[in-house]
Amino acid sequence: MAFLVLAAMLWFSAYETLIPLSETLVAVLPVDRASHLGGALQFFFYDTPKVLLLLTGIVFVMGVVHTFVSPERTRAMLSGKRLGVGNVMSASLGIVTPFCSCSAVPLFIGFLQAGVPLGVTFSFLISAPMVNEVALALLLGMFGWKVAALYLVLGLAVAIAAGVVIGKLGMEDHLEDWVRDMQYSQATSVGDVSALHWGERIDSGVSHVRSIVGKVWPYIIAGIALGAGIHGYVPEDFMASITGKDAPWWSVPAAIAIGVPIYANAAGIIPIVEALMDKGAALGTVLAFMMSVIALSAPEMIILRKVLKPRLIATFAGVVALGILLVGYVFNAVL
Amino acid sequence: MMNIQVLGTGCANCKNTVKLFEEVARVRGVTIQLAKVEEIKDIMKFGVMSTPGVVIDGKVVHAGGVPTREKVEQWLAGA
Repeated sequence: MAFLVLAAMLWFSAYETLIPLSETLVAVLPVDRASHLGGALQFFFYDTPKVLLLLTGIVFVMGVVHTFVSPERTRAMLSGKRLGVGNVMSASLGIVTPFCSCSAVPLFIGFLQAGVPLGVTFSFLISAPMVNEVALALLLGMFGWKVAALYLVLGLAVAIAAGVVIGKLGMEDHLEDWVRDMQYSQATSVGDVSALHWGERIDSGVSHVRSIVGKVWPYIIAGIALGAGIHGYVPEDFMASITGKDAPWWSVPAAIAIGVPIYANAAGIIPIVEALMDKGAALGTVLAFMMSVIALSAPEMIILRKVLKPRLIATFAGVVALGILLVGYVFNAVL
Repeated sequence: MMNIQVLGTGCANCKNTVKLFEEVARVRGVTIQLAKVEEIKDIMKFGVMSTPGVVIDGKVVHAGGVPTREKVEQWLAGA
């Protein structure tokens, strides 16, 4: 416990010193603060530690939360749930359940085996990668809590709605045959998560930070550096004319289409997104682009092909893309 | 001889798990039979949902991440 309090205090004091520190750093360098380079440097020195701090904090908390929710437990909660309620539950559980895209397929089959309906399983599969702590932490760090909250709510909405639609379509026949045969076989469960004590939960938080922050920090720094470059140099009207408020109607679908082949994690994409918005790109278009990059990726489709027949994959991609499209238009219209 | 299977679709964590077993076995000087199970169908037969998983002599002992070094030491101590 003492460790937690101490860590929290250190964290907050570090956070408070960010702005003065970044200004001091720029002042020390032989660069004019008002110049393009000065602006870009201050942006870089302020944003990098801020985002890394927020990310570390949130990832730590999620690492601890993960010790309470295992995929097995989530599955038990979702088993036999009806469409609707089940979709809301599974999309929400998708945020807190430990998930790695490399185990998406075993998870998918495991859920079906335990009697989780297909549509409810899809809600989980869409929300788990899209609404994750790394994306939320970065959005919070770069755009503030309103945009992070909107991303959370809309991401959930897309996951829930897409799952309900897929469930209503009754596409169970379009699972690969061996998956259907397996559906009612015995599923075993391993390891009981409730038996941990707090020391182990904190260890889990620390190791989560080590594995995630340790992996994504180069992307974040590269992303922010790129962002800082755009921040200082690219003229404002340039981006605004392509992706801004008065951009043509096709800018949202175009953003989604560009996003599909890009396979990046949230860490790599968000700093670029920030820079785009800074230059007047419309929020809806940018969020649609981000969701498309994270939720619809070509490699994931190839993995899913092992368990889904082409029509179900096409439906899945189509429904999710439609949901993201709506999010983009609604945002652009409202804001 | 202990028969160990690592279940995983080939992600980084699965490879790390295999490496960890090789290393601990070498340090302790025990011979083990180590195999990777990468085919999803075969993984699912063990009922494991989150990879990497570890199967020792046909029994699932671990799932959902790289096991800690202490755990691997314990398992191999019984060899």
